[in-house]
Amino acid sequence: MSKKSYRQAINEALRQEMERDERVIIMGEDIAGGTGAAGDQDAWGGPMGVTKGLRPQFGGDRVLDTHLAEISFVGAAAGAALTGLRPVVELMFVDFMGVCFDQIFNQAAKFRYMFGGKAVTPLVIRTMYGAGFRAASQHSQCLYPVFTHIPGLKVALPSNAYEAKGLLTQAIRDDDPVIFFEHKAMYDEEMEVPDEPYAIPFGEANVTREGDDVTIVAFGRMVNFANQAADSLAKHGITCTVVDPRTTSPLDTETILETVEETGRLVVVDEAHPRCGMAGDIAGLVAERAFDSLKAPIKLVTAPHAPVPFSPVLEDIYIPGVARIEEAVRAVVEHDRKVAAE
Amino acid sequence: MASGLQLSREELGAVYRRMRTIREFEDAVHAEFSAGAIPGFVHLYAGEEASGVGVCMHLDERDAIASTHRGHGHCIAKGVEVGPMMHEIFGRKDGLCGGKGGSMHIADLSKGMLGANGIVGAGAPLVCGAALTAKTLKTGGVAVCFYGDGASNQGAVLESYNLAKIWDLPVVFVAEDNGYAESTASSWSVGGSQTGRGTGFGIPSREVDGADFFGVYEAAGEAIERARRGEGPSLLHVRLNRFYGHFEGDAGTYRLPEEVEAARKNDPIELFRQRVIEASLLSAEELDAADREISAEIRDCLAAAKAAPMPTEADLMTDIYVTY
Repeated sequence: MSKKSYRQAINEALRQEMERDERVIIMGEDIAGGTGAAGDQDAWGGPMGVTKGLRPQFGGDRVLDTHLAEISFVGAAAGAALTGLRPVVELMFVDFMGVCFDQIFNQAAKFRYMFGGKAVTPLVIRTMYGAGFRAASQHSQCLYPVFTHIPGLKVALPSNAYEAKGLLTQAIRDDDPVIFFEHKAMYDEEMEVPDEPYAIPFGEANVTREGDDVTIVAFGRMVNFANQAADSLAKHGITCTVVDPRTTSPLDTETILETVEETGRLVVVDEAHPRCGMAGDIAGLVAERAFDSLKAPIKLVTAPHAPVPFSPVLEDIYIPGVARIEEAVRAVVEHDRKVAAE
Repeated sequence: MASGLQLSREELGAVYRRMRTIREFEDAVHAEFSAGAIPGFVHLYAGEEASGVGVCMHLDERDAIASTHRGHGHCIAKGVEVGPMMHEIFGRKDGLCGGKGGSMHIADLSKGMLGANGIVGAGAPLVCGAALTAKTLKTGGVAVCFYGDGASNQGAVLESYNLAKIWDLPVVFVAEDNGYAESTASSWSVGGSQTGRGTGFGIPSREVDGADFFGVYEAAGEAIERARRGEGPSLLHVRLNRFYGHFEGDAGTYRLPEEVEAARKNDPIELFRQRVIEASLLSAEELDAADREISAEIRDCLAAAKAAPMPTEADLMTDIYVTY
């Protein structure tokens, strides 16, 4: 156990899995950085330095810089996965998925079904998501609901360094295609992380806070905001259960339903847009299957139905924050107390 | 250089049988589709047989191919069994893909056939991946991408030329130009030339007459040997004629009747027959006997497919994930 950043935890998972299984290769734009140039052949280690040091250790045959053309290199990763390698391809910003979506949702996601269960596609696509970097509309989206919608894909959203290492290890060992979402504002966040390899199973939610009054379901970076809100509210006598589903596909519906049955109130926190997002999805699940447990209407805390703005003033308003979560929790707690008082 | 006329009698017989099997298969599917027995979209390879067979005669179990929506011929050329194929096209439970893929997604990974594809041009990146696997695991394998003149304008294909070149991948790009992207003429829709595009990416590129099995065989052999030697990708521009429409049900009014007639007169199977008979390599009698056998085989596999059970509701939710 030692203190590691989210970045280091991801790097360590990649390194340990590459050491364990020589079929694991990594590829992407600038994943080493410098291929063909006169200088350092591990110049960048990815745009955020996440893969730094892997090229010197594993060489250019297993750490492949690609050209800047997403359809072909993401598709090549899918084809390599279909034929016996276990590629981890980095797509830099999830916003770029639009360039190569066909290879993800018409090809990799569907091989197994279309080919009658005979295909195995152990593909991992690592990608950065999320606002907070002043990166504006084309480098800040969440988009994980889009991938969650597609049968055949799995979607992981690590909420801290411990989760990142364990979920990425699982993603690499998994035999299905996984889209692995790394929040770009979290790379420097540190915590104690085991040095040895470990895998966190998909579809098993993590309950990060236990309380009696409200269930907060939150995704990715929002789990940290939900924890902060829960800690703050506890000082004022409101206790929350915080659920981190870890993966949106598969989704641990049982843990969500069980905790809502206990607390009777639900707030869902999602950095994605509200329409067809995870917040609406969880609200629909609970409304359908735990309606009788609810003491108050469900509250959703999401980004607005607007592109991510550039100006720091606007972006800060755009991102769901701790204060909005606290406000939503107070509202659902006060709702039935108000009803009872009337 | 691999000249097709130096093939053994057995090999020439196998070439003929493969080409004739494709033709019989496609003619049978055409008739069944016209009779309303086959659901969905079907695109036939009749007339293009010398391309798939001329290329795949050089391939073995190490090698992979990616195909197009017009994939039946590539399957048969790569050695996929016609029985499970026909079951698949009829949506049967015992089809090659359990009835879940159909004509446009027919695949047999055990034979290195990575699938027909409903998305035009999508096979090119996948083939780069298959070639990367072969190169990384040092299997000696080669990956071949069949794609049409329509696909040749897709970014996916042009990007793949570049990736195959810069990664030095054992890939052969086979641009099967049947003159039409659906109904739009390739003479109009393709800027420049197929070989010029390949050459522009630094890829050795050749044009061949797709009605001539021996021409395709020789050019493909050169390209595949180059890939096996680790000398990177090649491109073949194969000029072809499709005998049927883009899809079954296509009235084909964009082609003049005399054009289709001329295409059918330039039949690759008949040309092959004439060559091997004239050169006394195979006799008309043995070729006729092969025709009768293949007709019977296709007739039997058609009857079996039509009589086979459909999938059941229990099959709907299987084969989505390995674990979930």
